[in-house]
Amino acid sequence: MCGIIGIINLDRRRFSGELIAKGLSHLKDRGNGLGSGYAGYGIYPDNPDDWCFHIFFTSEDARLKTEQRLDAAFKVTKKEPLPVKPMTSVKRPPLIWRYFLKIPAIRPTSTGSAEEREKKYIFALVMEINSSGEGAFVASSGKNMGIFKGVGFPDEMAEFYRLDEYRATAWTAHNRFPTNTPGWWGGAHPFGLAELSLVHNGEISSFGINKRYLESFGYHLALQTDSEAILYLFDFLTRIHRLPLEIAAVALTPPHWEIIDCLPPDEKKLYTALRMIYASCLINGPSALVLGFDSGMMGLNDRIKLRPLVAAESKSFAYISSEESGIVAVAREKLKKIRHPAAGEPVIFKYRPTKNQIKPVTNRDGSKTGGHQS
Amino acid sequence: MRHKQNLVEFKIIRDRERCIQCEVCARQCAFEAHIFDADAREMESVDALCAGCQRCVSLCPTRALTVIKNPQEFRPDSYWTKNVLQGIYKQADTGGVLLSGMGTDKIYKSYWDRILLDASQVTNPSIDPLREPMELRTYLGAKPEKIELRSVGKTRKPRLAVKLAPQLRLETPIMFSAMSYGAISYNTITALARAAAKSGTFWNTGEGGFPKALYEYAPHTIVQVASGRFGVHSGYLNAASAVEIKIGQGAKPGIGGHLPGEKVSRLISETRMIPEGSDAISPAPHHDIYSIEDLAQLIGALKEATRYEKPISVKIAAVHNAAAIASGIVRAGADIVAIDGFRGGTGAAPTRIRDNVGIPIELALASVDERLRKEGIRHRASIVAGGGIRNSADVVKAIALGADAVYIATSALVAVGCHMCQKCYTGKCNWGIATQNDYLVKRLNPDIASERLSNLLKAWSREIKEMLGGMGIDAIESLRGNRLRLRAVDMTDTEMTILGIKPAGESL
Amino acid sequence: MKKIYAKPEYCMACRLCEIACFVKHSKSKKIIKAFREERGEFQARIIVEQSGPVSFALQCRHCEDAGCIEACLTGAMTRNPDGAVVCDENKCVGCWSCIMVCPYGVINHDRRRKKIAAKCDLCPDKNTPACVEACPNEALVYE
Repeated sequence: MCGIIGIINLDRRRFSGELIAKGLSHLKDRGNGLGSGYAGYGIYPDNPDDWCFHIFFTSEDARLKTEQRLDAAFKVTKKEPLPVKPMTSVKRPPLIWRYFLKIPAIRPTSTGSAEEREKKYIFALVMEINSSGEGAFVASSGKNMGIFKGVGFPDEMAEFYRLDEYRATAWTAHNRFPTNTPGWWGGAHPFGLAELSLVHNGEISSFGINKRYLESFGYHLALQTDSEAILYLFDFLTRIHRLPLEIAAVALTPPHWEIIDCLPPDEKKLYTALRMIYASCLINGPSALVLGFDSGMMGLNDRIKLRPLVAAESKSFAYISSEESGIVAVAREKLKKIRHPAAGEPVIFKYRPTKNQIKPVTNRDGSKTGGHQS
Repeated sequence: MRHKQNLVEFKIIRDRERCIQCEVCARQCAFEAHIFDADAREMESVDALCAGCQRCVSLCPTRALTVIKNPQEFRPDSYWTKNVLQGIYKQADTGGVLLSGMGTDKIYKSYWDRILLDASQVTNPSIDPLREPMELRTYLGAKPEKIELRSVGKTRKPRLAVKLAPQLRLETPIMFSAMSYGAISYNTITALARAAAKSGTFWNTGEGGFPKALYEYAPHTIVQVASGRFGVHSGYLNAASAVEIKIGQGAKPGIGGHLPGEKVSRLISETRMIPEGSDAISPAPHHDIYSIEDLAQLIGALKEATRYEKPISVKIAAVHNAAAIASGIVRAGADIVAIDGFRGGTGAAPTRIRDNVGIPIELALASVDERLRKEGIRHRASIVAGGGIRNSADVVKAIALGADAVYIATSALVAVGCHMCQKCYTGKCNWGIATQNDYLVKRLNPDIASERLSNLLKAWSREIKEMLGGMGIDAIESLRGNRLRLRAVDMTDTEMTILGIKPAGESL
Repeated sequence: MKKIYAKPEYCMACRLCEIACFVKHSKSKKIIKAFREERGEFQARIIVEQSGPVSFALQCRHCEDAGCIEACLTGAMTRNPDGAVVCDENKCVGCWSCIMVCPYGVINHDRRRKKIAAKCDLCPDKNTPACVEACPNEALVYE
């Protein structure tokens, strides 16, 4: 089953993690206490340009080994245990540390923009740590964002991670009912890679080929889960193949041939080519997901809508949730445009351009645009 | 002394109570195993001439006939079996190479039968093919690794920026594999062509050329360029939808072909572009392909000759080094790699070669797919697997192992009447399939045969949709290479490693 | 009117049509019994003509300009409302005039009860004539 929810303030105003925790708790029935988690964007305004890694360690030894890797690869600006509240109901948490990292000058041999080169560097490091077998797992690795997840009910995780102390411009959250992999800390959602985060309700039947496809491009699926594969597919298509998010969504959940055959010739050509080229990216079977990225979030359903997904907007907020109840519970303004996205129809909410640009933020395409810091 | 009596393979049992002396059996048997004894006014049968093709049994109006394996046993010996001894007797009689038709009948492990499919339960619903679209459409040909887009208009609509390589569009991932006009009758290839057109798939001319009268089916035709180059001309190449270079055949890897002159009728001579009545001999290798560079040149030449409008396929027999060879073929520019397993059929092959050369398609397919993926060139060519595909489950397993589509031929012939008597090379096919005899070719009515072939494809496609739906998959591409949905029983660890599948009982 | 047509290109001269016709017009309608008890007394009303590999099955063409009707002495040979040419066994006296005029040679003797002319009656009690039904290769069609 699983429950997912995302809330975004379209004006980049930051709001407390309490709100998302409240929303997720309304989807409590969709989980079983074996995993919950939250991803917040814009939570580290003091270190907005540092790559921030949240890492789970099974032991002190694992931490020391991993830190050697980090020291070799980065300039570590700050490192600390992630502040948590010890709770009796939260059993055997791993060691959880937070690192703020700067990438030293990257060899100019690699291609792409500075941003692309940095992300490639981050990707390599995350894959290296997660596949090292040293007992370390990178839970999140983006800039000015972080993922807080583990084994427990939504309210327990929110309390454990002291979510009320964080304020974000966008939050996504997940309440897990694990099926394929036992509930453990790394396996909880959201999954993260660089600035992308993913919460997913579903179980895809195409996992075997999605995984083989990703592996042929150097991805290491540490968790052997379909949700991780979907995140990496988005990373692959948008970062490596530089597809717009909307097109990446088509590659993952393309229309049926009977629809493609009726499109105007140019579109038919495009969609046919997308299905031919990205056949192994198609995610088949039940899925509802919310993808978080640095300029917004996207909701997406599978091709025949085998999982629920609701989207809504208010004056300055937008919401995506498994159930409308989660949205209604947290809406501070009058809700408008409550809708149920069609199968395979991506719902994308992006921050509005702001007038008073206080601090420039680097966009996906490497350009600088204004960000808002409250 | 002569050993002839020991060679009787079948016994014809005639129920005298039921026989009405109508002589249908006598008229239908090209091997002349039945005769009417006019004096005794009784039908007689000669067991020694029987091929076991079951034609008489099928047509006897009173069901008076039964053809069984000759129960006469030699002294039981698990090593020097009846088959072994009979082979020696035959060769001692004739001094000849033993010939057989169809695929090997020797007992080898079938991997298809040791692979089990997955199905969805609870967490991931199965999909009902009667309610939801279930997509089998498949495109064969080279794909780019990534899409190239350009934006148009004020709204910056994305559009495809490059032209893709030519593709074959299949509505079901099953094609009829190469069987030449000459090896099989004109009516049979007509039926194959019609059924391919009706079912949205392709038939393959083999090395028999492409009779002009069948050009109306060209949009569903793959033409072959084989070592004899029979029937190859510019019109032939350009008429087809794709061109296949035949390097080898699963039933007889490393061996050429021989169509005896008596089968080379006027129409066959025209189609193959050889004199009427002359033997058509396909050499074992292409004498202009002694290396992978030579193959690359031929691929290039064929692409030039067809103005880069047709996918070029290269067909090889599944041999030990298939994976590396396939990799070379893809790098040589082929758009499709067809692999033919050792169970593949033939009109005629030396029995010892048919029974002992090559490897199972399951293993070859898995290793080719894995190799191409490891090298990052899997997108540059489609894989077509053939050689012993018996039913829709075999198709599903082949696709999950990594095939884009499969080739079927024996199954297709069985659909139109073949009873696997393995006597194709005699030219006396009682079912009107593997023959050019005027009396016999009429027995295959292409109207009936094409309908039966279409029915077969329809039935298999339905079953594939059911299996896909059961796995919670609604598009065939999500099955392709999805080995996680397969499990092995009764296999060694090494076999499972090669196939890339886990043992039954082990979950994700 | 529907007629039986032969397709020589698919006729393989198995003669199952003749057998089916014989059984259909036998007393017992049971193949083994009919052959055992009635063989020789009457013939099938369809004949497979064969010359080398060419063969086809022939039976009454139910001609529009049917000579047999004109030649019939007793008025036994008539055209029924469906257009088929049929022989009324009660009226037939076995003069064989019809046999002499038939250009196809598809009328023959039936000696079982009295001498009568027997010919294809298109199996009036069946939707598809027995010969067409029995042809394994659709070399006979009824359309």
